[in-house]
Amino acid sequence: MSPTAAARQIDPPANGLSSHAGIYHYDQVDRDFLKERVEQFRRQVARRLAGELTEDEFKPLRLMNGLYLQLHAYMLRIAVPYGILTSRQVRQFGRIARQYDKGFGHFTTRQNLQFNWIKLVDVPAILDLLAEVDMHAIQTSGNCIRNVTSDQFAGVASDEVVDPRHYAEVLRQWSTLHPEFSFLPRKFKIAITGSSADRAAICIHDVGLIAKRGADGTVGFEVYVGGGLGRTPFIAKKLRDFLPEDELIAYLEAVLRVYNAYGRRDNIYKARIKILVHELGIDAFRDEVEAEFARMPVAQYRLEPAILDGIRTRFASQPYEALEPISGILARARLEDQAFNRWVRTNVAVHRQPGYAIATITLKPAGGIPGDVSADQMDVIADLADRYSFGEIRVTHEQNLVLAHVRQDDLPALWKALADIGFGEANSGLITDIIACPGLDYCALANARSIPLAQRISERFADLDRQHDIGELKIKISGCINACGHHHVGHIGILGVDKKGVEAYQLTLGGSAAEAGAIGDILGPALSADETLDAIDAVVGVYLDQRQDGERFLDTLARIGHTPFKDKVYAAH
Amino acid sequence: MARVTDAPKVVTANRLQDGAVVWLTAAGDWSIRVADAQVQTDASSAEAALGIARASAARQEVVEPYAVDVVVEATGPRPLKTREWIRAAGPSIDAIPTAA
Ligand code: HEM
Ligand code: SF4
Repeated sequence: MSPTAAARQIDPPANGLSSHAGIYHYDQVDRDFLKERVEQFRRQVARRLAGELTEDEFKPLRLMNGLYLQLHAYMLRIAVPYGILTSRQVRQFGRIARQYDKGFGHFTTRQNLQFNWIKLVDVPAILDLLAEVDMHAIQTSGNCIRNVTSDQFAGVASDEVVDPRHYAEVLRQWSTLHPEFSFLPRKFKIAITGSSADRAAICIHDVGLIAKRGADGTVGFEVYVGGGLGRTPFIAKKLRDFLPEDELIAYLEAVLRVYNAYGRRDNIYKARIKILVHELGIDAFRDEVEAEFARMPVAQYRLEPAILDGIRTRFASQPYEALEPISGILARARLEDQAFNRWVRTNVAVHRQPGYAIATITLKPAGGIPGDVSADQMDVIADLADRYSFGEIRVTHEQNLVLAHVRQDDLPALWKALADIGFGEANSGLITDIIACPGLDYCALANARSIPLAQRISERFADLDRQHDIGELKIKISGCINACGHHHVGHIGILGVDKKGVEAYQLTLGGSAAEAGAIGDILGPALSADETLDAIDAVVGVYLDQRQDGERFLDTLARIGHTPFKDKVYAAH
Repeated sequence: MARVTDAPKVVTANRLQDGAVVWLTAAGDWSIRVADAQVQTDASSAEAALGIARASAARQEVVEPYAVDVVVEATGPRPLKTREWIRAAGPSIDAIPTAA
């Protein structure tokens, strides 16, 4: 899994159907490694079950393998590298869900998949099934570099400057089992995009990278550092405007070394790199990084073009057909069917390839659980991916899926098939496209439930006419201050709190995870779940009353400020 | 309502093998039904029950035992805290997605 391994020969994919999916294809060395790793954990589980290991001894071992103990069962978190999956992998998730969980899985804001009902005794068998499809749960927990996340439209977005997937893969190989960075002060999350529109929430990551081109056309990276949510949220600060491509790894090593040396280990709440950057100041932090960088044998870390080429060849490309840029079939279907037209407006994006489109499958049916997919639905989605999108499926940080290479001609049929499994909702980016963490229904750290509140909001605003009238409005819900549900950056953020033993919810307005990221401001005292629903109605009402032509919710809020919203929400109190 | 700390208690943990929520019974073993839990009404019996539970944890049968405040109803003990009644009853939501 080292960058030098990249030039090895590519194995034929184990399943022809997925051969064109844009994932990095494993070879025998990768597979042997995974197998050995599963065996290692199998032995550890056996020793735990035999009573030879205590929980204190076992916990760090299971966390290294993505296994948590939640309220009702163990939870297994599976890494989806930069959010890209093959249909075969999704079918395997379905099989695991049926055989070892309660028939469903949960896609998360970190583009991963979690199973909520796992038995410890079954974990080795599950890891075997994952390894069969080149997947694992390594580094999905613990104080290491976590699964790298990216733009779900990578490689196909019309506004993309540089395809970030190959760099994401470089980062994956570099950070996997990196001995120096396996025991950092705290977890470390890297996100990368190559587009002008930020769909990867770059600004809230420990390191955020924007791949771009210099004046001479060479690739480099805008580097951001110190973003994060949790109890002390920060928007990342710019560390470098243009880091040359070949220095990517060397420079990140320098950043991680500075963090490893100076990041606090005495206080878990101050251990993230955001605190270090904040306390040192970005300029002093940059000086430290540059000094470390200057001391390093940079040549040794150079990201050689040959390594990148090797990685590129391990990504299948999609054999697109030569198509007319505008599909007559699509145009007619949009005219004939208003519901379909509406779905195209919210859930379909422009593809760089003429005649193709990017389709977002929102996992947010009215009243549904954000991000939950049943095993049967997984099978159907895998089939649809094979039929319409070269066997590839992507996960978004907004807990949705994407078919990234759909012929425009096929969109009507795709939409009908999605509607048949309850995922045809035309709500991408709208008020019911809610992010919600597992909350108190599953999570041992929660203060309040997230999912039932998301469901009630989704029901209250189910009317699609109303949703489309309201337009872009992102609600994000976390069950505690850890902020797994990104509430700080919700246009409307909802934080579950414990008010003298009773669940309550604190609203924030004006957060954003897009290009110019922002942390939302607290609106006022926490509310009950019922009051929260009414408060959201009230906030939406103020916006609809006050908005001027073409203004989105965030625009109106920026223009009129918080007071009118606050007055309305707390009027009855 | 009585002060939470004065409330009757039951002892709970998660079972090692599968993570299931379990409750300490009068027989000193574990049940997955909160209704089977033995209710401790004074501090010394609660401490004794916790001792039994900790011994079980030391035998690597369960993980992280602790005591939970309850009210005793006709159907049996009901944990007071939301977190604990969700542990007792399972998620408050229909866990299986409805569509398809
Ligand atoms: C077993 C359940 C979980 C536990 C114990 C857990 C734990 C935590 C903790 C302690 C933090 C705060 C980190 C800090 O401030 O340093 C955090 C943040 C975060 N978690 Fe989770 N989490 C869980 C589930 C999830 C899920 C389901 C997701 C994805 C949907 C997720 C994604 C995130 C994100 C995006 C953040 C905030 C970004 C950051 O500052 O790191 N977590 N989590
Ligand atoms: S935000 Fe809190 S409640 Fe929600 S998943 Fe994270 S740790 Fe659990």
